[in-house]
Amino acid sequence: MEHIFIQTLVLTAELAVCTTCIAIGIGLPLAYWLTYSKFKLKPLFEALISMPMVLPPSVLGYYMLVAYSPNHWFGGWLFNEFGIRLAFSFEGILIASVLFSLPFMVQPLQNGLRSLPDSIREASYTLGKSKTTTFFRVLLPNIKPSIITAVALTFAHTIGEFGVVLMVGGNLPGQTRVASIAIYDEVQALNFDTANQYAIILFMLSLILLTTIYSVNKKHDTWKII
Amino acid sequence: MENHIIEIDIEKMMHTAEGPVPLSVQTSIKAHELTALFGQSGAGKTTLLRILAGLLQPDKGSIVFDNTIWFDSAKKIQIPPQQRNISYMFQDYALFPNMTVEQNLLFAQNTKDVQKVTEILTVFGLLEFKNRKPAGLSGGQKQRVALARALARNPQLLLLDEPLSALDSVMRLQLQNEIRKVQKLYNITTIIVSHDIHEIYKLASHVVVLEHGTITKIGSPHEIFSNTAISSKVQITGHIAHIEQQDTLLSIVTVITGTNQIIKVLAFENDMKELYIDSPVMVYTKAFNPMIKKINI
Repeated sequence: MEHIFIQTLVLTAELAVCTTCIAIGIGLPLAYWLTYSKFKLKPLFEALISMPMVLPPSVLGYYMLVAYSPNHWFGGWLFNEFGIRLAFSFEGILIASVLFSLPFMVQPLQNGLRSLPDSIREASYTLGKSKTTTFFRVLLPNIKPSIITAVALTFAHTIGEFGVVLMVGGNLPGQTRVASIAIYDEVQALNFDTANQYAIILFMLSLILLTTIYSVNKKHDTWKII
Repeated sequence: MENHIIEIDIEKMMHTAEGPVPLSVQTSIKAHELTALFGQSGAGKTTLLRILAGLLQPDKGSIVFDNTIWFDSAKKIQIPPQQRNISYMFQDYALFPNMTVEQNLLFAQNTKDVQKVTEILTVFGLLEFKNRKPAGLSGGQKQRVALARALARNPQLLLLDEPLSALDSVMRLQLQNEIRKVQKLYNITTIIVSHDIHEIYKLASHVVVLEHGTITKIGSPHEIFSNTAISSKVQITGHIAHIEQQDTLLSIVTVITGTNQIIKVLAFENDMKELYIDSPVMVYTKAFNPMIKKINI
């Protein structure tokens, strides 16, 4: 009992940490591109990235499950070439939760970049600095509150994720059984005490993360919640 | 001419609040001198400056800097701002908020040279602020840091976009002197955007007047701003603020000068034909010898 409880919490933390790390790796260049590109179809990409915020998690979960299936070309290709099966695996829920958390990463970063005056970027260019140097030395250090917000929000959102993980991962202890699913499972099994323990931990963690976000942004006033 | 360092021949459609205005500029800029771009807002001064910096691309034409092609639409050449070895001072100074004063200057250099940075900070009287972030500086100090940063990288061309417009008049006079001093000291070809005649008189040796996207006059500040057809002892330019019609053939015209001095002048009916509120005018004397005396402010 105690072992499973710890295992579930560790798995939840692993999923949240990995999701956040991958999401920031993808989110930073994506936010940069969305902020500064003049590409005509940009609104379409912005909409696609933001879709998880309005879609029921089951819709994305359903499509991912279909794509992961060995009968689908993508799932079939992964299985035949690499012997990987994503459905009902940790990697499977990781990819799903990266996609699902991406808007929570990209939007604060994009808001942060937009709030910087163009002249800062242009000044760096006229001082001979490349776009990459400008990005890492001038832009990023000046949107720190947005980065903290994006990381905390993505982390909190991943921990709070339920629908997609259930659809794609199911409820395999040690593999895909994260805390939010465990709560549901324990309630179904009438183990209210265990459910309560999970619930309190998630509640406290989310409260701490969101309090961090609001206190960081109170000082800087650069970010509005989506 | 051999002392011309920049040859400009460009066209660019500007999208202003009053609709599209074509910018069409053919001129050359003298080396090691300070040239002012003068004109009303929307005339294309800043657009031209941004084009020279490489931040904006003209629609067609060419820009040649000291035998290097910076832009050529026919040859499809557009050298990015990074490779032009220029410095651009923005109206809002664009200091990097995450860096201290010293770090701002070091960042501007291609190879870090702490000694040169210290030297420049000393010239500008900024040494004591070197560890401060821009947020802890006054407007005048920020302006100095921006100018110091622009010089820190040894640019071959210095572009100043209304550098003093955000400052009060006392600070402005002080910093005009500083710009003049460092321009002479470092001998850098400089282009300044300004609509302050006093400032241009003080700083520039050459003025290019832009109106609605085209150059209307080029010359020294004296040639541009004083009407040489009138030989007079005193010339003051300004705008009409008020006209008071008298019973006789006379009117009392109130003129506010560029330095916000108010002057009342009598005008005859004949003169009044082309004088309206807001008309730009020159007040001058011919017969009397004006006297001069220092005032204490």
